[in-house]
Amino acid sequence: MKLIYEKSRAGRRAGRIPDPGVQVAEVPAELARTTPPRLPELAEPELVRHYTELSTRTFGIDTGFYPLGSCTMKYNPRINERAVGLPGFADLHPHQEDEGAQGALELMWRLQEMLAEVVGLDAVTLQPAAGSQGELTGLTLMRAHFADRGEDRTEVIIPDTAHGTNPASVAMAGYTLVRVKTDVRGNVDVDDLRGKVGEHTAGLMLTNPSTLGLFEERISEIADIFHSAGALLYYDGANLNAVCGISRPGDMGFDIVHYNLHKTFSQPHGGGGPGGGPVAVRRDLEQFLPVPVVVRDGDTFRLESDRPKTIGKVRGFGGPFGVFVRAYAFMRMWGPGLRDMSEVAVLNANYVLARLKGAYDLPVDRHCMHEFVVSARTLKREHGITALDVAKRLMDHGFHPPTIYFPLIVSEALMIEPTETETRETLDAFCEAMLAIAQEAGDDPQMLKDAPHTRPVTRLDEAEAAKRLLVRYGFDEHPTSGLDE
Amino acid sequence: MSFTSLTDEDRAAMLAAIGVESVADLFAEIPAAVRLDRPLRVDRALTEGELWAHLCELAGRNSGTGSELSFLGAGVYDHYVPAVVDAVMQRGELLTAYTPYQPEMSQGTLQAIFEYQTAICELTGMDVSNASGYDGTTVAADACYVAKQTTGRTKVVVAQTLNPQVRQVVRTFAPGFGMEVVEVPHTGGTTDPDRFGAACADAACAIFPQPNFFGCLEPAPELAAAASAAGALAIAHVDLMTLGVLEAPGAYGCALAIGEGQSAGNHMSYGGPHFGFLAARSDYIRKLPGRIVGETHDHDGRRGFVLTLQTREQHIRREKATSNITTNQTLLAVAGLIYLSWLGPQGLGDVGRACLSLTEHAKRRLGLPLAFDRPTFQEFAVRLSRPARDVIRDARKLGVHPGYALGREYEGMDDVLLVCLTEKRTAADIDRLAEVLRQVQAVAA
Repeated sequence: MKLIYEKSRAGRRAGRIPDPGVQVAEVPAELARTTPPRLPELAEPELVRHYTELSTRTFGIDTGFYPLGSCTMKYNPRINERAVGLPGFADLHPHQEDEGAQGALELMWRLQEMLAEVVGLDAVTLQPAAGSQGELTGLTLMRAHFADRGEDRTEVIIPDTAHGTNPASVAMAGYTLVRVKTDVRGNVDVDDLRGKVGEHTAGLMLTNPSTLGLFEERISEIADIFHSAGALLYYDGANLNAVCGISRPGDMGFDIVHYNLHKTFSQPHGGGGPGGGPVAVRRDLEQFLPVPVVVRDGDTFRLESDRPKTIGKVRGFGGPFGVFVRAYAFMRMWGPGLRDMSEVAVLNANYVLARLKGAYDLPVDRHCMHEFVVSARTLKREHGITALDVAKRLMDHGFHPPTIYFPLIVSEALMIEPTETETRETLDAFCEAMLAIAQEAGDDPQMLKDAPHTRPVTRLDEAEAAKRLLVRYGFDEHPTSGLDE
Repeated sequence: MSFTSLTDEDRAAMLAAIGVESVADLFAEIPAAVRLDRPLRVDRALTEGELWAHLCELAGRNSGTGSELSFLGAGVYDHYVPAVVDAVMQRGELLTAYTPYQPEMSQGTLQAIFEYQTAICELTGMDVSNASGYDGTTVAADACYVAKQTTGRTKVVVAQTLNPQVRQVVRTFAPGFGMEVVEVPHTGGTTDPDRFGAACADAACAIFPQPNFFGCLEPAPELAAAASAAGALAIAHVDLMTLGVLEAPGAYGCALAIGEGQSAGNHMSYGGPHFGFLAARSDYIRKLPGRIVGETHDHDGRRGFVLTLQTREQHIRREKATSNITTNQTLLAVAGLIYLSWLGPQGLGDVGRACLSLTEHAKRRLGLPLAFDRPTFQEFAVRLSRPARDVIRDARKLGVHPGYALGREYEGMDDVLLVCLTEKRTAADIDRLAEVLRQVQAVAA
């Protein structure tokens, strides 16, 4: 379809603003714009049609099943959207004095309390903008903790199954990365780990359950190893959806935890954001949390910034407040039943795993938590069909593909996370599609290689995009405009 | 409400298929020592109706712009958000999708991002744009990381007229990047190019705002030239809504342009979520943080869009990645794009001229001494006869929020009030502000 710039016609307009009715002023000539920006020029009806058409070329949770492993693509309750639009929330200026923001502050404080209870830790900052920023915040807290103790610790240990954000965050926080292996049961290899922990170790970053969807069976032992070396444990909350109300990172021995509000607590993912990445810590790390912090004094709430040992700020203001409204609404509707949420997520995942077992390879044969990894390695060896081909063919069956080629230690990996919000009928339909594809791999491999067949575009050439590097519309000089018309 | 749908029959059949007796068996691998043996201590579950009543009560205790005549700005701006933005954003497909890892499923999101990148490049005068950062503070830290990786230098120079929150975020993350931060004080409300240039020796980058936190227009071309002459990447921190009337950073020689996107089509929402934009000259494309969408073709020759240059990203390069960003602010960036499309170049210019004209009108109408003798854009700082915090407190009792107390962030400015005018304010609103300020200042006099 055309780009909005290709639909633009000079002189068309949608929005108008009121005439201010005062004397017109101009910026000084030497600072004034000389070339107007070529923004689209359309009347409102075409504008709405354009973006509506784009929406029809996008697959979301509202469209269908989206088992993108480690992303926790669950249903987003509509009450959340109505709530966030309340004028008392949407039109509230962040520099508003505390006494003019008591409702917002109370919501934030209550959210902090609930989040702390879910992970079994003492204090929470809501400020980080996303899980990855939560990681960087947590590691920065770790630095502050050791600096405060006068200790020079330079290394952070990460399992080879970790999300890519973990090593990137470690590097950005100024730490050296040390990798630890995974054992045959899919756990962190504790013997390998023991040899890598020492006086330079600041901490461990771990998600539990792991990205293989498995619970670390020796987590208490791991915690002991680190704590006796004076190091800290960081919990990547990407997989928290599996254990709410069942097992708490704080009880496992973790000192710092980040949440992904957009995963566990139903923030719509918006095509890649916004998210929310609050961080919880043990009491002795609270003094380092970013400011401002929401505190309660009797019946009133206020933002506190006077914290001498704070790491500073990691984002503007108190955090992505709209995300808090949605997460708060979701948690209040579940209440203590959050445990049931996790139980159904785990049941659904194990059901899909059980049904796919024969047709796809299993890296480790254990019960999974809320997600699991299978491999298309046999399909590749016998028929030349890769995880990518399976993913593309799933689109023809009306499903968003799982995460593929992750974790890196599993070849031809397909990481599947059904979440708690899917029906058994949907899970069955997905399983049948996966089984049919495994069958098709032998019967008609070329058809799989050519998939998808039913989307607005067929398989896209990602190598060409990296080579041509056309990352903005070129207007008159645009070489390919309208090619698809 | 219920967001799960398994019947008892479903459960029984599913457990049988798995080969276990109960759901508890699925958790058998969790050691007893780390199992929670009690219910979570959170309040009972609410029905949707109960929740709605509770949220309305909480929202009702906030003083938004609906209940107060507000002249607050200082980094977040009360521009009109047209209905079309909210309507499109609530399309479930755009709202509930995730990062477009599988481009054939996500052409809508990808094309919208490509269009967004184009709009950001047009506005900033840059060659390339990423697909949004978290907000206007974090993109500044991102830009420092780009500068370190590009120049190998470790010093960051920032103008003290840059939004204090932006400076704070840079200071939080710079040590982890192995960078140190040097601030350049203002001279009468703006940054002196000679002083700025002197600080830029051996610097990786130098960040200055346009307009600045006091509302004043900086000598941006001179600042960019001074930074570049010292070999530092010149980075302008700008507001998208000013770029219909103010010169684009690319036109005055900046290497990068960054800023807060909230003012374009996003609600203030007590601080977010908003989006940050980051655009650069093409030389820096392989060092940019976050996502970038590129154009390509499918097997049948049709145009399509994909995430590109993914080898920069953490799922491939891991600790050598250009950033750790995955989830960012795509939906808010798309809201910004729709808003900018709604305004068009003419509308964006109209907004800029309206803000500027109302500001000049307000300066004359208030008749208070200006804190700085400089041209301004949509904010200006005035000196009061009493501490600004007290004036704000008293004015709010009369239903007017007169602005931001600059003493919150700058020493020696306890009596300085920063007044903001967007196109939503009118001449009558300014009359009301003048009257309220006269009253509350008279109280103390």
